Amino acid sequence: MSDPSYLTEQTGVRSWLLTRDHKRIGVMFFFATALALLLGGIFALLMRVELLTPQKTIVEAGTYNRLFTLHGVVMVWLFMIPSIPATFGNFFLPMMVGARDVAFPRLNLASFYIYVVGAIVTLIGMFVGGTDTGWTFYVPYSTSGAFGIVPVLIGVFILGWSTILTGINFITTVHILRAKGLRWMKLPLFVWTMYATSIIQVLATPVLAITLGLIGIDSYLGWGIFDPSRGGDPVLFQHLFWFYSHPAVYIMILPAMGVVSEVVCSFARKPPLSYKAIVYSTLGIAIVGFFTWGHHMFTAGMSTFDAGAFGALSMFVAIFSAIKVFTWTGTLYKGSIQFATPFVYILAFLFLFMFGGMTGVAVATTSLDMHWHDTYFVVAHFHFIMVGGTLTAYLAAIHYWFPKVTGRMYPERAGLTAAALVFVGFVVTFVPQFLLGNMGMPRRYYDYPAEFQPLHMASTGGAFLLATGLTLVPIYCAWAVFRGTRVDANPWGSAGFEWRTTSPPPKENFGELPDFERSPYDYGGPEIDHVEEAGEAVHG
Amino acid sequence: MAEHVAEQFDTAERQRAAAKFGMWVFLASELLLFGGLFAIYGAYRTRWPEDFAAGVRENALYLGSLNTLLLLTSSLCVALGVGAVRKGRHRAQAVWTALAMLLGLAFLGFKFLEYRDHLSHGLIPGSVKLAADTDPGRAAFVTLYYTMTGLHALHVIIGLGVLGVCVFRGARRSLSEQAMEASGLYWHLVDVIWIFLWPLFYLTYGGR
Repeated sequence: MSDPSYLTEQTGVRSWLLTRDHKRIGVMFFFATALALLLGGIFALLMRVELLTPQKTIVEAGTYNRLFTLHGVVMVWLFMIPSIPATFGNFFLPMMVGARDVAFPRLNLASFYIYVVGAIVTLIGMFVGGTDTGWTFYVPYSTSGAFGIVPVLIGVFILGWSTILTGINFITTVHILRAKGLRWMKLPLFVWTMYATSIIQVLATPVLAITLGLIGIDSYLGWGIFDPSRGGDPVLFQHLFWFYSHPAVYIMILPAMGVVSEVVCSFARKPPLSYKAIVYSTLGIAIVGFFTWGHHMFTAGMSTFDAGAFGALSMFVAIFSAIKVFTWTGTLYKGSIQFATPFVYILAFLFLFMFGGMTGVAVATTSLDMHWHDTYFVVAHFHFIMVGGTLTAYLAAIHYWFPKVTGRMYPERAGLTAAALVFVGFVVTFVPQFLLGNMGMPRRYYDYPAEFQPLHMASTGGAFLLATGLTLVPIYCAWAVFRGTRVDANPWGSAGFEWRTTSPPPKENFGELPDFERSPYDYGGPEIDHVEEAGEAVHG
Repeated sequence: MAEHVAEQFDTAERQRAAAKFGMWVFLASELLLFGGLFAIYGAYRTRWPEDFAAGVRENALYLGSLNTLLLLTSSLCVALGVGAVRKGRHRAQAVWTALAMLLGLAFLGFKFLEYRDHLSHGLIPGSVKLAADTDPGRAAFVTLYYTMTGLHALHVIIGLGVLGVCVFRGARRSLSEQAMEASGLYWHLVDVIWIFLWPLFYLTYGGR
């Protein structure tokens, strides 16, 4: 056996909890965020059960309000935002720039513990305080409630700092720690998306922090900054909140786009159709994303000119996203496609993301939004992006990098079964919600007219199908960690930098530094021959 | 003292570059933290220009300007401290930084006097009196005055703590150049933000 891997180099609980190794921190983040996904999923299922029948099914209206708040807060702040960046970003970004670690390893560990503290404070705050404002904390719900919302705000504030520190670390790592010969326009695409994400994290999160701080002051001290009963402007709160929370959507989707770019190239065994198109559209989304927040507020009182401007700017995001989708599909064209679980998730991503994106264009159109605003149509739209997009890419990432992280392969048949269940379950859950929204079903209601029941029942059935698929994943992955077949350095035959070291990698990432001058998408030419070809389709 | 180079860096220069770069990124984040408040100030001042101008007139211009002078001078001291540590003159660094801290403390002292004066005039944000006696514009001005200068004062206090560590480690000759540079950058940011608070709360009393 060669040198010890990052898993065996040191053992014991202490060596994990006090580690500064970005790979171990990534693994710890993975478990923490997966736990959050489980929690958020349970809240979602409880909501779907409640919605099986009109009026009360299992919980009262007040409890339902708390459930959707719990679901939203947990999924957005505890899962979606840190999911791909803090786990796969932490694990792979340093490897993809050829570094031994991130620039500030201690800060990196701190950001993990800040996340844990923030998560605990948020959850306790919500359970004890009974927060029922929805994840958006709109004024005056948040400033006039009888329940203390302040602990929740403090929790989310703390979580924000974890995000900011991770962002600072990644930006500095990409700038300062790139290996010799690795120029900007040769960086793996996942690094580019993580870089763009980090910029949003660093620049948008503090605005959320200050806004939540002001809400806390408003509800605790009654200063009246946003509270209309004291002369404040509640719509101003919405502006500031969405100034963060709309870019936050790109914190959630850009890393997913990075995963897709990596997996598509690896599984088509082709370089991206256009590397530059993906890089520039990534940066384009990050920049334009800062100027689209107003489209959340078309019905909140906004001049026609403003609404038109925000609508048009939002369309730019759709254009950049479309450029990416075309580039990915173009990359697949004439590729030597290897049909395995990560790739199946990518196909699901392309379909669902496009569906979600096109309904996004629809709701960004002011006149149409008047009809769909605050209905299930919007709920279905953003779940198509967040679940159909981000979660699907997250699952692709789990399967794609599983052999690299653990040194073993997940069981393919179980993986494909879960992927099929997730896809079908997702579609059955959310397509009825588009229809419900169009028929006028408002979001956040626990009651509805009897004629909506069949669609609600279909949606609940789909949710359980989706949950079944998702539950399979940790089960067979846990099995595979101990019993899966061992793999060599590069089971997918990828040209990516992270595959040019042992699986699992050694603590310092590379035994002998690979040639970073060779592109991570180099699938042609004679150099490819040293890549393991076992079980691969012959490339063209 | 020979600098310790962490394992992820190839050279000490890279490590220094990373510390400085990371600090700049952090400062960008800090700017946006205040940016939210500046946006609120802009929105409310546009809505109630007369009330805001009246509020600015009531603030003591000489105190605000004196505080500006104090903070700017303290930034100069920190800059001289950074220069000293670059030349390896640790004692000079400790003295300059300690002087900067003194000026920062004086700033907080005058700010405290100001707050006390405002409070004695019944300008207490969120109080029933303020809400009852004044129109929303005046109340918004008072609230923003406390929020923005208060958050700034909090940053001054944090900055003083950071500089305190620099003095302590400088006196023991164990302060690295990058630590002093990063601390200095933070102090300058606190200073720069005040340069924008000064006109918003003391100089622009013209109104429309």
